[in-house]
Amino acid sequence: MTASKQAETQTKTPHRWGERVIETIIRISGVSTIVIVGLIFLFLLKEGLPTFLDIPLRQLFGRRWYPIEALYGILPLLVGSLLVTIGAVIIAVPLGLIVAIYLGEFAPTWLREILKPLIEILAGIPSIVLGFLGWVILAPLIQDMGAPTGLTAFTGSLILAYMALPTIISISEDALYAVPKEYRDGALAIGATQWQTIWRVVLPAARSGLVIAVMLGVGRAIGETMAVLMVTGNAANIPEPGPGMFFQPVRTMTATIAAEMGEVAQGSLHYNTLFGIGIILFLITFAINSIASRIVGVQGNRRRGGQL
Amino acid sequence: MSRQQSNRLAKAIITIVSAMVIIPIVFVILFVVYNGIGALSWEFLTAPPTNGMREGGIGPALLGTVILTFVVAIVAMPFGIAAAIYLAEYAKDNRLTRWVRLAIVNLAGIPSVVYGLFGLGVFVLFLGFGTSIIAGGLTLGLMTLPVVISTSEEAILAVPQHFRTVSLSLGATKWQTIRHQVLPHALPGILTGVILGLGRAAGETAPILFTVAAFYLPELPKSIFDQTMALPYHLYVISTQVPGMPLTIQYGTALVLLLIVLSFTLIATLVRTNMRRRREW
Repeated sequence: MTASKQAETQTKTPHRWGERVIETIIRISGVSTIVIVGLIFLFLLKEGLPTFLDIPLRQLFGRRWYPIEALYGILPLLVGSLLVTIGAVIIAVPLGLIVAIYLGEFAPTWLREILKPLIEILAGIPSIVLGFLGWVILAPLIQDMGAPTGLTAFTGSLILAYMALPTIISISEDALYAVPKEYRDGALAIGATQWQTIWRVVLPAARSGLVIAVMLGVGRAIGETMAVLMVTGNAANIPEPGPGMFFQPVRTMTATIAAEMGEVAQGSLHYNTLFGIGIILFLITFAINSIASRIVGVQGNRRRGGQL
Repeated sequence: MSRQQSNRLAKAIITIVSAMVIIPIVFVILFVVYNGIGALSWEFLTAPPTNGMREGGIGPALLGTVILTFVVAIVAMPFGIAAAIYLAEYAKDNRLTRWVRLAIVNLAGIPSVVYGLFGLGVFVLFLGFGTSIIAGGLTLGLMTLPVVISTSEEAILAVPQHFRTVSLSLGATKWQTIRHQVLPHALPGILTGVILGLGRAAGETAPILFTVAAFYLPELPKSIFDQTMALPYHLYVISTQVPGMPLTIQYGTALVLLLIVLSFTLIATLVRTNMRRRREW
């Protein structure tokens, strides 16, 4: 085996040729990631563009989503996604930060070694399983607490918060970890307590990383489909503004696509509109991720600069 | 309140809240295990559902998920690893590379249901595969790509630079260096990424909704151009679309899905720690 390998290496010309082919394949694979993103957007446009051309804008951003009567107002769906996502963020961001601070600053090493994989496991639980649990446990519980139905925006927010937590925790913890140890030592040496050090020194220093954690958490929440489809009640209404709005059924953009795409005729305006909603989702997540990765880039450059 | 007191208070609150967040994770898993374990049997895993899904097993759905995962592995693995090699070894620090990185970040962020739309538009309709295993597998494969790429790249970059320097100085070409010096050492990390990606693909529902998943099929798929049942979609169907479904079957199905996905995570973790221990640089 070894001998034949050596012989192969010595006959250089055909080997070089094969090498050229492999390297070309590798380069193409790398660059084609750009092509894939482009293709995804193009195909969404191809199928979804009629939404924005054929439906008058005023109707498109109207308050009624009622495809049977050809009413394609996506406002209720936008509001639904927004409500569920905001609810999830309000719950998940403080909790995620607290857990990240605990893991990064307080937890003994042995405990952290157990907890971090556990949080990875949470990240791995399929959304359909969490949706199922939300449906059989959480929804009845919320109904018992006095809501007219258990399938509400709040139920969706709770499940989504749970799903966004691993993202927020692990990225925040990375951001805390990246704060140089000298900062902490300096603060502690001039007599600050551990909490003062965290609150006044570590958190501000990790600020941009924490912002990214929140953004990616939002991105994760807004794109979630199955769990939300199962627990938010799927009523395409705009809830009455007020504190009670979280406890009414809503319907998100993602859930609408998932619930209705199976039943529409290909090429119909309804079909196009579902792709149109896909375009909106694509653009929202694209913006979030591009901005977040730009912040990472700036931060990375600064850190590298600091080391030199 | 003195500084010391507020310090103690903050620490106590943070610890308690963290426990309140983390303990339910264990609880959720144990809850599904407790309620679902009674349904598990060889028959449940292999038999098809009967009596409008209210009796019988999950055999066809389980098989469908296994097949889909295989297709994803075939699609995403070579492509993802090649892209990772490109980024780690060939890409220069220029605009093109920054675009590739931006593309990967965005691929990771695209909602799974949008992948489903794309799969429907391209594989099912444009390429004419119909709702089929190949259409669903390709859709899931694309979705898995960013995970495979970023973990593989990390693994390749973790191989010390002097391995490359020594190999090149002995007269090996760049590809020989990568093939014989870099990739073998990066293998555990790459495997971890692939396994994590496959686990994620196995549990996803939204991308397969309109590309492959069938509500109920009396027969098993015969080729990759057939539809198939799949476990995540099956769980969705039996929990929301079938009235009067017995809870044990629902929990049993959820448990099997959870076990599949978590075993991928567990294997990935084991591969990583095991290989890391053996490494001595």
